[in-house]
Amino acid sequence: MNAVLEARGVGKRYRQRWALNDCTLSIPAGRVVGLVGPNGAGKTTLLSLAAGMLRPTTGSIEVLGARPASSRAQLARVGFVAQDTPVYAGLSVADHLKLGAEMNPGWDAALASGRIAHLALDRRQRAGKLSGGQRAQLALTLAMAKRPDLLLLDEPVASLDPMARREFLESLREYIAGRPVSVVLSSHLVSDLERVCDYLIVLVASRVQVAGEVSRLLATHRQLTGAGPDLSLEDLVLAYMRQATTPGRQPVQEEYR
Amino acid sequence: MTWLTWRQSRAQIIAAAAALAVIAIILALTGPHLASLYDTSGVATCQAHDNCDTVVSTFLNELSKGTVVLYFTGIVVVVLIPALIGVFWGAPLVTREIEARTLPLAWNQTVTRTRWMAVKLGLGALTAMATAGLLSLMLTWWSGPLDSAAALGTSKLGLSRLGPVLFAARGITPVGYAAFAFVLGVIAGVLIGRTISAMATTLAGFAVIQVAWANWIRPHLIAPVHAIAALNPANIYLVRVKDNQMLISATPSSGQQGAWVLSSQITDNAGRPFHGAPPAGCPVNLHQCAAGIGSLHLRQLIIYQPASRYWTLQWYETAIFLAAAVALAGFCAWRVRHLAD
Repeated sequence: MNAVLEARGVGKRYRQRWALNDCTLSIPAGRVVGLVGPNGAGKTTLLSLAAGMLRPTTGSIEVLGARPASSRAQLARVGFVAQDTPVYAGLSVADHLKLGAEMNPGWDAALASGRIAHLALDRRQRAGKLSGGQRAQLALTLAMAKRPDLLLLDEPVASLDPMARREFLESLREYIAGRPVSVVLSSHLVSDLERVCDYLIVLVASRVQVAGEVSRLLATHRQLTGAGPDLSLEDLVLAYMRQATTPGRQPVQEEYR
Repeated sequence: MTWLTWRQSRAQIIAAAAALAVIAIILALTGPHLASLYDTSGVATCQAHDNCDTVVSTFLNELSKGTVVLYFTGIVVVVLIPALIGVFWGAPLVTREIEARTLPLAWNQTVTRTRWMAVKLGLGALTAMATAGLLSLMLTWWSGPLDSAAALGTSKLGLSRLGPVLFAARGITPVGYAAFAFVLGVIAGVLIGRTISAMATTLAGFAVIQVAWANWIRPHLIAPVHAIAALNPANIYLVRVKDNQMLISATPSSGQQGAWVLSSQITDNAGRPFHGAPPAGCPVNLHQCAAGIGSLHLRQLIIYQPASRYWTLQWYETAIFLAAAVALAGFCAWRVRHLAD
């Protein structure tokens, strides 16, 4: 079984509300996976469970063959950038690099320094004073330089302006190129995923609507619907999400434009 | 992990060190004068000369107003410092990270949550203990002359070294309280999750524990001594008569100098509490009354902790609070695994 993430009937309940309910999915290794779905589909919960921030209420989840965050070895293998790309506001950029070096045995100092120099970040700058895009890049640097086998990114570009968004995804693509790293990237902006992802999972209300290689999904969809060669990934995602919504309820299309 | 914890608490540690340095300078400048006043006052040898009341009162009158203010301020500061440490260092330790949403960052490094919590608790508790310990050490030294004078005779300061207030402000007990209050603050933060509520809960919780401890637990940490002695009429300071019953209040006899008297009761010859009728003259004619009381052969039952137990009690209490801190820290490290669940 060549899966980086294996969820079986995973559910997560907060008091009365289920944030994720009976979710079963498998994510293959060596891919850059785009996880899309409407707000409330359970994407953030799923990634938090995979990173070991949360523990499932029901079912089981395995990441790289072990329970998330169950040991130091497991922690070392997974890089996680949480929603809103958290950093310590009071610590400088240099402090963050030091933090990464102190707390991760596999720390790639050259990679981290190289990225900070390339991004032209002032090492003495406090992270709280960085722009949203710079903060996201710093958080990504921390996750990358621990040299994980799996990188989990939860809506890392959601709050960024188009320019910063493009730069962030460009950084990600550069990093992935030539490395045996698996990536799971969630977003509700399909156009972002189109740039970097080669595998797509559409999650609606904890259920996988479709999962597969982007190129194959597009080809199959064209065949089935007779759509032209200009069929975009976005059209495809929307089609699957419409399918999932119960009759009488209109899908919230605005969010995906 | 140690580096991050140090980096995050650096500002607090430096501030605490600076405050301690300022206090040390003030005490070092004023302490020697206070000590020399004490040496020349004859308080140290007053028991041999049997003139403690006058010598102590002369010594206290010689003190400047500033010295007296400093003495009482010092007591207040040492008593409050553990609570302040719990509120301002303990409570925000984890809630700050919850509120700034930095936990996913901290918990995704190659450090388990248990270790993360253990290092934060360990370093924080050591800082808390060092701060409270140094403060107590300095003030115990500086206040030595005044504490000794207060323990002798009928002191105007009215403080016993073993009493509820002074016991918590001297010696090593502040070290135990500081560690306990710090961990209490952290656990409040972990359980409540919001800084302000955790701070308020810590303050209230620690205050209740300290008051309850001083009043109901410390007196019985070691079984107190019961002493019965003939009532010395010279020790009587108040005689009240109500409904033809006489109530006598008397200071403990001189054998319990500096002791923490928990209760003092006047009994009859057989050891039963005395509620008898007043002899002729009481309470109006003092001379006749005193003679009448003398003929009743009353006794005085005193329950007290002798002054000689001071350090034993200090060690007991410190050890108990440190053990409680360790137990709470263990619970905290266990509980943090479920944090954000």
